[in-house]
Amino acid sequence: MTGHLKSWPIVLALSILSAPLVLMYVYLFIDTFTNAPPGSFIPNEFTLEHWTFLWHTPPGRLSIWRVTLNSLMFATSTATLVVVVSSMAGYVLSRLNVPARGFFLAGVMVLHAFPAITLIVAIFLVLQIVGLYNTLIGVILVKAAIDMPLGIWLMKGFYDTVPWEIEMAGIQDGASRFTVWRKLVLPQVKPGIFALGLFAFLLGWGEFILPQVLAPSGNAQVLSVYLAALIADDNNFDMALFKSVGLFYIAPVLILFFFFQSYLMNIYGGGSKG
Amino acid sequence: MRILLDKFSKSFGDVRVIEDMTLEINDGEMLALLGPSGCGKSTTLFAICGIHKVTGGRILFGDRDMTGVPSQERNVGVVFQSYALYPHMTVAENIAFPLRIRKLPEAEVKRQMEEMANLVHIEALLDRRPAELSGGQQQRVALARALVRRPNVLLLDEPLANLDAKLRLEMRSEIRRIQLETGITAILVTHDQVEAMSMCDRIAIMNAGEIIQIATPQEMYRNPRTAFVAGFLGNPPIAFIDAVASNGTLTVKDADIRLPVPPNTETPPDGTPVIVGIRPENLGRDGDAPIRGRISFVETQGRENLYDLTLANGSVLRSIQRESDDVSLNDEVEWRVRSDQLFLFAQNGERL
Ligand SMILES: Nc1ncnc2c1ncn2[C@@H]1O[C@H](COP(=O)(O)OP(=O)(O)O)[C@@H](O)[C@H]1O
Ligand SMILES: [Mg+2]
Repeated sequence: MTGHLKSWPIVLALSILSAPLVLMYVYLFIDTFTNAPPGSFIPNEFTLEHWTFLWHTPPGRLSIWRVTLNSLMFATSTATLVVVVSSMAGYVLSRLNVPARGFFLAGVMVLHAFPAITLIVAIFLVLQIVGLYNTLIGVILVKAAIDMPLGIWLMKGFYDTVPWEIEMAGIQDGASRFTVWRKLVLPQVKPGIFALGLFAFLLGWGEFILPQVLAPSGNAQVLSVYLAALIADDNNFDMALFKSVGLFYIAPVLILFFFFQSYLMNIYGGGSKG
Repeated sequence: MRILLDKFSKSFGDVRVIEDMTLEINDGEMLALLGPSGCGKSTTLFAICGIHKVTGGRILFGDRDMTGVPSQERNVGVVFQSYALYPHMTVAENIAFPLRIRKLPEAEVKRQMEEMANLVHIEALLDRRPAELSGGQQQRVALARALVRRPNVLLLDEPLANLDAKLRLEMRSEIRRIQLETGITAILVTHDQVEAMSMCDRIAIMNAGEIIQIATPQEMYRNPRTAFVAGFLGNPPIAFIDAVASNGTLTVKDADIRLPVPPNTETPPDGTPVIVGIRPENLGRDGDAPIRGRISFVETQGRENLYDLTLANGSVLRSIQRESDDVSLNDEVEWRVRSDQLFLFAQNGERL
């Protein structure tokens, strides 16, 4: 109880500082369901007209559901790729005596620190040549490759906490190296895999630059690109529509955060369980 | 099954841990590998079960050369110091794991798992996870898992080091009981001489990668081959004093003490410097050779008292005697040693 009392000035300060942010979100939410008279911020009527994009597709645009599906596929596929590759590569780097292990570890670190945007022109050319430009698969591969160093590094951290004796016990019990990994080690790093998957999904869901440059038009459009296109469209500029689509776009992120924040915290715990 | 290490060597890079070690473990025997930390006990164990590749020599199980055989096919049961239970599996699943890997029919898996659980007395814990068990219970599960596939040999790496004193006593006799009941050949690695003496048929005492002596606990205690062995066995430990041979007796310099040469020991030539080892239980009120000194330390242990006796030249002997209160700290006393129980060692530690 005393602990709570002592911390109240901090709580108060934080509340005041974050109040504008909260207010903005609340206003954004209200604003998408109401109309306000010109020149005023105070809404005077309830309306669903800003949400008509959900069931009515204007000519020249993709259906919002098609775009959402694209975003979902993009985020899920990159997350799956990152998790599958990282969970194996991380194990190898953590446990096996691979040649040039130090070089790989340093390389992974450098790749993670490397600003991917500087590669964008080269990637653009490569995708164009192999015929994956303006396709979802193309961006998925690129995004997964860019996220992978972080994933591998994280998974290595999780594997490092698994006691070495557990694996040796498994080998003595007659299991192959692969079975040991699959049946004994992988279950120990489940929290890490889950956290990494979620993290990679959120990164994919929020990605803008890569799809914008590598799959800007056509059927591969994702939500972030769709949203940007709304602002760029000078002919029928609609601020309220932009806000509604924006809210629609961040809703899944908020929901995921709300339900799985403890798992995400695992990432920052560096793999320590508990 | 008989295990034979034949001129086995192991080095890590340039570090030579074991060189040309030969060691035979008889069928059904429990052998202790006893030695100080870092002497290469675990390295030897890991070579037997195949975790480490040997750098030289051969390892034989029965007549079969196992040197190049992968761990999975050696069928060795290992109990690790940390137990290494699988945390995400229940006790039942842990014990059954080696059988399931072997793809035994599920009914058979269940039967053998339960049989083993009964043997180690954990029938009531089968549905728990390792985190919900006490140290002693985890130990039992680890034993059951190691034994369930009827291994050629059971290896125990400091199995009692993580237990508290009371449990250690209990598990000491439990492990021995289980070993005798299954008749399995076992190697126990420990740095604790009490464990080695109380649990094993024979002890192989190691120092710096070398086996110094192999003998039954009793034989090793009575007849240590070197001063190192004598110093390692026994609690409270043996005390050593320097002496010089002269006229068929041993003279302790500056202390006015003459000790006879023990029987069965060749009398060293005059002037030879020797080390005399005196166990605490052999110094006391009865004996044949008087020793004068001052009591410099008294420790009451209930049934017995432990005394430090400082001689005139500053050397310290230890004596353990029935509890009594006729002597106290700083008293000058004349006690006696049983000269037939003395050990004589050369300057290099070899027994004379
Ligand atoms: N993987 C390793 N790499 C290098 N040196 C090792 C390795 N394992 C053990 N050693 C060395 O070998 C010696 C014996 O170790 P070990 O067998 O673990 O001793 P203990 O008798 O305490 O079990 C030690 O000096 C240790 O430093
Ligand atoms: Mg050890």
